[in-house]
Amino acid sequence: MSFLKSLAVTTLAGLVMMPSLSFAQERRQDTTPRKESLKIWGAQLEELEYRYSDDGEELATWNGDFFYGTDELKFRWLTSGEYAIEEQAYEGLENQIVGQVPISTFFDAKAGIRFDTPEGPDRTYAVLGIAGLAPQWFEIDANFYVSKDGDTSTELDAEYELLLTNYWILTASLDATMAFSEDREIGVGKGLVSTETGLRLSYDLIDRSFSPYVGVVHERKYGDSADFARADGAGTEQWFAVIGARLSF
Amino acid sequence: MKLRFLASAFGLMMPAIVFAGEYNLTVDRIQIDTGDFVKEGIGYNGASPGPVLRFKEGEEVSINVTNNLDEMTSIHWHGLILPFKQDGVPGISFTGIKPGETFTYNFPIIQSGTYWFHSHSGFQEPDGAFGAIVIEPEGREPYRYDRDYVVQLTDKHPHSGDRIMRNLKMMADYYNRQQLTVGDFAEDASEKGFLATLKDRMMWGDMRMMKVDVEDVQGFTGMINGKGPDQNWTGLFEPGERIRLRFINSSAMTYFDVRIPGLEMTVVQADGNNVQPVTVDEFRIGVAETYDVLVRPKTAEAYTIFAESMGRSGFARATLATKEGLEAPVPSLREPPLLTMADMGEMEGMAGMDHGSMAGMDQPDMEGMDHSKMAGMNQSDMEGMDHSKMAGMSQSGMEGMDHSKMAGMKQSGMEGMDHSKMAGMNQSGMEGMDHSKMAGMKQSGMEGMDHSKMAMDDGSVSDPFYAKGSGLLPVAANGGKFLSYADLKAQKPLFEEREATREIELRLTGNMERYIWSINGVKYEDADPIRLQYGERVRFKFVNETMMTHPMHLHGMWSILDVGAGQLNPVKHTVSVQPGTTVYMETEVDAPGQWAFHCHLSYHAATGMFRKIIVEGGPETPAAAVSEQSVKVGGGA
Repeated sequence: MSFLKSLAVTTLAGLVMMPSLSFAQERRQDTTPRKESLKIWGAQLEELEYRYSDDGEELATWNGDFFYGTDELKFRWLTSGEYAIEEQAYEGLENQIVGQVPISTFFDAKAGIRFDTPEGPDRTYAVLGIAGLAPQWFEIDANFYVSKDGDTSTELDAEYELLLTNYWILTASLDATMAFSEDREIGVGKGLVSTETGLRLSYDLIDRSFSPYVGVVHERKYGDSADFARADGAGTEQWFAVIGARLSF
Repeated sequence: MKLRFLASAFGLMMPAIVFAGEYNLTVDRIQIDTGDFVKEGIGYNGASPGPVLRFKEGEEVSINVTNNLDEMTSIHWHGLILPFKQDGVPGISFTGIKPGETFTYNFPIIQSGTYWFHSHSGFQEPDGAFGAIVIEPEGREPYRYDRDYVVQLTDKHPHSGDRIMRNLKMMADYYNRQQLTVGDFAEDASEKGFLATLKDRMMWGDMRMMKVDVEDVQGFTGMINGKGPDQNWTGLFEPGERIRLRFINSSAMTYFDVRIPGLEMTVVQADGNNVQPVTVDEFRIGVAETYDVLVRPKTAEAYTIFAESMGRSGFARATLATKEGLEAPVPSLREPPLLTMADMGEMEGMAGMDHGSMAGMDQPDMEGMDHSKMAGMNQSDMEGMDHSKMAGMSQSGMEGMDHSKMAGMKQSGMEGMDHSKMAGMNQSGMEGMDHSKMAGMKQSGMEGMDHSKMAMDDGSVSDPFYAKGSGLLPVAANGGKFLSYADLKAQKPLFEEREATREIELRLTGNMERYIWSINGVKYEDADPIRLQYGERVRFKFVNETMMTHPMHLHGMWSILDVGAGQLNPVKHTVSVQPGTTVYMETEVDAPGQWAFHCHLSYHAATGMFRKIIVEGGPETPAAAVSEQSVKVGGGA
């Protein structure tokens, strides 16, 4: 044994041995961190990828979030962007700061602000949303936006992970935006605006913190939004081959 | 011997005689090498596990703990009965030990057996801060042995405790690499049919629950006495010797199924208290539990001590041999268990459930339950019900049982349950029963029952401490005897048998997806303390409403586990509650002060499955009780 043990065999009168400490029943309050809400932070880049479209366009895109908080209240910064490599311009750049509280076993409600600052006109929206896990393991993130000018829209994000093995994961994602009013300046028409559908095959290389993937993404505009795009000389539908990695810290 | 003589001599002159031992522990940052990886951790006197502290019953110990960390620390003496200020839980027993500080614990040793000690600060314990305690009894051991080894198990993970906690909070299944895949679906589909498999998956998906949710934290290396499987800790013996193995599960999160192929193990002690010897081929050791077993290898061959994690995601291994370097074959891991609907217990209200509110139910209600959706369930699963509150059931079907509290149930309502098997206490009919009210049963009726060997209709083994049809039900690898709680009978009861003065129900609750664990739906941070009165005997009713197993540990006072053996119920410090079951334990409230009470899975305790217990009243000062103890000890010497 590597420890020092000095066993001093002593005989003492029991009364002397009686601990002379005061044993008045003071009630200690637990002020240790155990008695406080557990504060957790996390950072994740769900998507960090290079996209190459069927018409030769190259994009660098990301979609991630950082959160800090407790079970009862979290603050989350969500960020996503699409950077056109050739044009050296942000086709999309969106940041949200939301507070998030649980409303059911599996869902949280969110409220906050969204700032869109891509190339072209900026927008600021108020955000109300819910996020959580729906039956059959669908990750859902649904948001309602109101712009400063009163334009309203809604966005639904759904994701499903199919486990080919415990490390090879096929992730299907759908992101659909619908507007309740037109915002011509940014090419948004009333009705279904656009969808982005993705299929990514990833491999968990280092725990769940680094998972490289390849995949395909399909983007499409609908209705008035598609007409606006055509009027502006842009396409309404694009296919991308993507390569990237999912990161979490 | 000399010591005792000397002590006795002094005893003639002095009112009380005590031995005083002084011990020194340093808390250090260390490197832990598992053989698979090396990581930074925390140890005692430079190692993890720390030293084996060997005490003697009747000794007054004085333990100097020097904190060499740059953060607060503490040591909790797990299972020891002592004044609450010596119990070592920061915020409850004391403030903790500051960096650079030396804190001295002083308490009398008034018990014997195998225990352990560990930090109760942050995640220092998962990071390595633990060691073993062996207390030699004052009198003679009731069994003989030639050698004595501590076998201390742990689940060493490459990630730090803080990191694991954060990962689990971010993604509850972060470490689960046993999830069902497309391949599993195909396999099941070819076996049970596509539609049946789809239905099964949809049912679990609908609840957002995973059958594979057995071990939250996978990816660890199982270690024995600080050695990984490849480093192979070896205990030496001479053929024919009786060896006492003191198993201690110091894991953060992992239950182990322990066996030594080729050797029978005779369990003689559980949680430091002697039990009537029971010979088994394998046993499951919950987190924080201890089991002492005797083995007697007759030949000079080597034997593998194989400890497989309950979820089969890892194992620890050691060897018993006549000389260093010998090895025996290491078995491979068995198939991971899958939870069944039975393990959902209370949640879906089927097997193992407490039917306290079923009074007045009738046949249509019974039929309304669609059994077809309950995978792995059959009619007999109804036997897992808590019959305690179903009064008025046909006595004829339940001979010998006191069903006095069952009221208002229509006879016809019970027809779905095959009670014919219960008459005369047919084993098969008794499975999964809530034993709570069995105390009222005639002893004579109980004695004949061997709970340990209850066989199901299909011939497989059952255990009353698992929901009937549970996927976690352990089976011995060699088809032999697997230890059940029901086998544990106290060698010598520590307390007078008496009726509990009140019952406290503690529902073990949680939200797996959010990784929140709680008691009665309330996390520790939001909970009021549980107040007990000195002198009462409290009956705790644990109702596990989660899908995970929880090792519940009460500090400072014994947990008398109700196995239906009355006076001979075993006395423990940690009681495992399986999913979908209700387990009762009683506590003689004989220790004033305030104590911790929690699930011993580190990350469950940290996320809320924790309570403070306040014992109100009692002797003016606990010192009085202590001095009484000293006098008693002195008189004995």
